[in-house]
Amino acid sequence: MGDGDDPARLDQAGVGRIFREESGRSVATLIRVFGDIDLAEDAVQEAFAVALYKWPDDGLPPNPGGWITMTARNHAIDRLRRESRGRELLGEVALLSPGGQEPDVSEETGAVPDYRLRLIFTCCHPALSIEAQVALTLRLLGGLSTREVARSFLVAEPTMARRLVRAKHKIKAARIPYRVPSEHELPDRLRSVLAVVYLVYTAGLAGPAEPGLCAEAIRLARVLAAVLPDEPEVAGLLALLLLTESRRPSRTRPDGSLVLLADQDRTRWDQALIQEGQAILRRCLRRNQPGPYQLQAAIHAVHADAATVEETDWSQIVVLYDQLFAVAPTSVVALNRAVAVGEVQGPAAALALVAELNLDTYYPFHATRADLLRRLGRHGEAAAAYQRAAALAPTDAERDFLRLGGRASRRADR
Amino acid sequence: MTQYLLSVHSVDGEARDPMTDEEIQRSWKQIQVLNEELKSAGAWVFSGRLHEPDTATVVRISDGEAVTTDGPFVESREHLGGFYIIQAEDLDAALVWASKATAAVGKPIEVRPFAAAEA
Repeated sequence: MGDGDDPARLDQAGVGRIFREESGRSVATLIRVFGDIDLAEDAVQEAFAVALYKWPDDGLPPNPGGWITMTARNHAIDRLRRESRGRELLGEVALLSPGGQEPDVSEETGAVPDYRLRLIFTCCHPALSIEAQVALTLRLLGGLSTREVARSFLVAEPTMARRLVRAKHKIKAARIPYRVPSEHELPDRLRSVLAVVYLVYTAGLAGPAEPGLCAEAIRLARVLAAVLPDEPEVAGLLALLLLTESRRPSRTRPDGSLVLLADQDRTRWDQALIQEGQAILRRCLRRNQPGPYQLQAAIHAVHADAATVEETDWSQIVVLYDQLFAVAPTSVVALNRAVAVGEVQGPAAALALVAELNLDTYYPFHATRADLLRRLGRHGEAAAAYQRAAALAPTDAERDFLRLGGRASRRADR
Repeated sequence: MTQYLLSVHSVDGEARDPMTDEEIQRSWKQIQVLNEELKSAGAWVFSGRLHEPDTATVVRISDGEAVTTDGPFVESREHLGGFYIIQAEDLDAALVWASKATAAVGKPIEVRPFAAAEA
């Protein structure tokens, strides 16, 4: 029994927290052992039920992750023994496990290889829709319940349950592999994994999502960075998330409305997250393989360095946007670049760049135009652009903000 | 090993876009090469090209009797132009074959696993 810091104080919420931390690893290990996602998921769920009544009384086991994996494994084996098809499978499992009658799961976490990487590549396989990829990743790796996943994406629970069942069925029927892609496939496949993690984060940023999707995304990015230490874009994504997260509390007012970057109270930016993000970023940039996540993180890092908005090194930001546009030539990147150019060369230069973009349905495009027109004293055109932006804005808070004419601020913090 | 159906989808109009003789020759050659490659890799189970859907006949049971009707099951611009049945280790391996096949035939390919797939 854990005899450190008062194990008896562990309540159900505490068990849930620890369980969520550890369950992805256990699910991944059991899928490896039994070759069956549903069996692994159910077994880990049963282990959770056991933990809920045991841990608050007995205290936290010395190695909670190992405990969950062992308990879940035993449940899975019991269940397979009860079913005749299961007994066959168990025979296969025993054959596959080197040097043992039983599936090889050691209680020492150190001895258990980390199968989460395989699992995330399976969950984010391009043969699955992006919605399915996100849902599976949160459910299997993040340990969120189906209800929590559903709530995060404002989808009814039965709809989410069907989406998950369908995705798992496709993995099984079509034999989506459970392995880390080979070196030549890795860059492509990694892109879709990183996109899923980023999407989880931005979903958390956009809505007051129930179970803290931002924290979940950062946790996933940390796992990826730990298992793929040689991939600069993985580190770049982690740095980007940490730097964005450092500003999250100052990004909205208590009523939920947005605070633009220029207006944020910079003393509220979380310096610990900034330092961690910048340190990770420095290390990965040294590899000299810049990609979109590293460059976006670098842009955030420049903002983080400025104690006041006036001290922002905008010419450095323009250089970074040039590089970002070279690897990710999208209109949205071009728009953000134009904003930075506006800070260096003035609003007329920025407006000329913005005029070339075809982003008529993207509200920040109109908000940016409005701001530039206002700064040029073209108030009539500015008002029309604010109207257009407000009509397209996705949330009430953003709409109200734009109706007020964006006040004297520069750019939305993204 | 899992067996997969790789179906080649044609769209009317697009199906008859005028290919030069040279292009037809090249495409035919690529398809031959792919078939050889599938066979030597042990992945080939069956493959074939189909006649146009207007050559199809549908049979169904109506009041206990088999009734035949002329024409395809569904009138549509899209139709099955041909297919491969292959066996592969997993979906990734099947998708590699599908990429080669779509490059050879110049049409989109749908990959579907067979239900009773153990070979």
